[in-house]
Amino acid sequence: MESLELLAGGLATAVTPENLMWAAIGVLLGTFVGVLPGIGPAMAVALLLPVTFGLEPTQAFIMFAGIYYGGMYGGSTTSILLNTPGESASVMTALEGNKMAKKGRAAQALATAAIGSFIAGTIGTMLVVFFAPALAGVAVEVGAPSYLAIMLMAMVLVTSVLGSSRLRGFIALFLGLTIGLVGLDLNTGQPRLSFDQPLLADRIDIVVVAVGIFALGEALWVAAHLRRRPLAVIPVGRPWMGKADWSRSWKPWLRGTALGFPFGAVPAGGAETPTFLSYVLEKRLAKKGHEFGHGAIEGVAGPEAANNASAAGTFVPLLALGLPVTATATIMLAALQGYGIQPGPQLMTEHADLVWTLLASLLIGNTLLLVLNLPLAPLWAKLLRIPRPYLYAGILFFASLGAYTANQQPFDLFLLLVFGLLGLLMRRFGLPVLPLILGVILGPLMETKMREALAISDGDVAGLVNEPVAIVVYVIIALLVVVPLVLARVRPPRKPTEIAAELNDDDTTSGPTSGPTSKETVR
Amino acid sequence: MSTPDRPPTTPVTTPAGTPASTQTGDQMTVDTSPPDGATPPGTAQPEAPERDLAQLGLAALLVVVGVYTVYDASTLTVGFADPVGPKAFPYVIGTVMTLLGALLAVAALRGDVPEPDSGEDIDLSQKSDWLTVAKLVGVLVFTIATVDFLGWAITGAVLFAGATWSLGSKTPVRDVLIGVVLSVGSWYAFHVGLGIPLTPGILDGIL
Repeated sequence: MESLELLAGGLATAVTPENLMWAAIGVLLGTFVGVLPGIGPAMAVALLLPVTFGLEPTQAFIMFAGIYYGGMYGGSTTSILLNTPGESASVMTALEGNKMAKKGRAAQALATAAIGSFIAGTIGTMLVVFFAPALAGVAVEVGAPSYLAIMLMAMVLVTSVLGSSRLRGFIALFLGLTIGLVGLDLNTGQPRLSFDQPLLADRIDIVVVAVGIFALGEALWVAAHLRRRPLAVIPVGRPWMGKADWSRSWKPWLRGTALGFPFGAVPAGGAETPTFLSYVLEKRLAKKGHEFGHGAIEGVAGPEAANNASAAGTFVPLLALGLPVTATATIMLAALQGYGIQPGPQLMTEHADLVWTLLASLLIGNTLLLVLNLPLAPLWAKLLRIPRPYLYAGILFFASLGAYTANQQPFDLFLLLVFGLLGLLMRRFGLPVLPLILGVILGPLMETKMREALAISDGDVAGLVNEPVAIVVYVIIALLVVVPLVLARVRPPRKPTEIAAELNDDDTTSGPTSGPTSKETVR
Repeated sequence: MSTPDRPPTTPVTTPAGTPASTQTGDQMTVDTSPPDGATPPGTAQPEAPERDLAQLGLAALLVVVGVYTVYDASTLTVGFADPVGPKAFPYVIGTVMTLLGALLAVAALRGDVPEPDSGEDIDLSQKSDWLTVAKLVGVLVFTIATVDFLGWAITGAVLFAGATWSLGSKTPVRDVLIGVVLSVGSWYAFHVGLGIPLTPGILDGIL
């Protein structure tokens, strides 16, 4: 197994005392920031990006892996103990997890979430180890027209399949594409949308955009609607599980992993769908079906595993194609670009050592997470009581620090404020954040590929569809746009949470619900 | 993929105006909004507005951005042996943006309401508190204006303390102290730990 040998090489690079220290710092920082209410994994990674600026790429990646998994675990802790999921992927975890916590089983809920995340993350990363090189091998053959088509597909998927309003998704996407235009045109060197500002012509730092939209925008939006009565935090001891909990958890972990990974690996947009499917599947399979809705441990174990497996799965398109499909992956891509590394088919061959170190770091970060966080859970739970003025002032402080350290220009702080206000506007008007950030990152890349393809064909539009892969992808895009429109006419669309709530309401009369029917096929 | 016409799902929360300052002995309590009479529990959920015409403002902004993008692209010159040139992409983006702005205006007029973002610390049943946002923006503007002159150590501390004050903290001395510790600490962490010198400003030579 060539992959395993390379992974062993990566592990050898990663497992030095110094690197382990960076991994541990990353896990702790990531969990710390992730646990803080209102901060999801994407924001955690964006806020902590500047910390990795001064490091070597290898160390930065190792720390990054820790931040990534730490941020995710922190998010699920918050949703279990507060019942207010900060992101869509934790909605299902909160559903049963918080009920468990209210019944005094917070320790078991946190434990099954942590161990399930560890197992799913480990299996998921191993699957990346086997899939990504194969996919990259194929991807090298993919030309500019096909690459353009695949990027378009990712955009359409993220924009139209996710979120509640397609119109607002596309508005966000095009705002992102517009931001991506700012600066010198890469081919002709002419400034676009730069208002004669040399600092704008220099192109906008993606870190400033991400921190502004995710962190400052969120802080400003919360400031406008700050909950005046703090939420009740459920006290928690050290996480542990009894024998019965183990026997009820291990199958949901594995099933959740099986559901989550493919959804992450295929650019089908994030962890929302697999966590929902996992919840429904566990509910259908559970012997004590009546416990669902009252704190069933399977309902935490499955979705948590699905969430982490899908997070691992997103590394396949990210590493093999340079395609990010979640907000967190987008910021990871920005971080890679910061080191002058362009993810994509060539990454696997040109920076093989870095890739394998990164994958090894993911395994290490995952393990450290389990080792460090099970004992530390009570401490993390205390963070939920942090006074809100300090919390959001802290976000403002670190967001400014992050934007400022990138180039030490006050102008970057001004841009941060502009993007923060844009983030506030987007939250007010229900514009999703992910399409925007995807547009900023993929827009310039798409333009390059389009011009490359048309330069080869000497301006002939047929040059965009002269590869079979491109044609297939365009057909898929057409289906993606048409099928939802047809479905919307056949049956009224509903939200996963509503379906789940309904499943809990009429347990005895669980006839044919309009939930996804794929649960039979995934067994 | 829900219909855009669905009213926003406002979480059922406790009535606004309940005094929060009583719940713990913590000094860091948050300023309460003025009590708006005895609202019985359960009725706090505001009626979803029929139309959200503020969206027309956003639509207008999108149209302006779109039109400017097209105009800006028209000032570019197409290079030699470049069949697409730097204009095509902005033309497409600007045109679609203008169209999306128009579509949003139509949707807003037809009663389409957005679904505002919710979250752990967000209580959408209250009125928006734009004064706090304005204060925070003011603090950030101060930061931008002074960071080069005063240096990160001082500006950062002012930023933190000013933000806590904006958000309703009532302990200025403690806030300033925490701010100083954070900003000086981060200055040294970046300088010594990561080798990135942040602006020392007027404290050059002292730090």
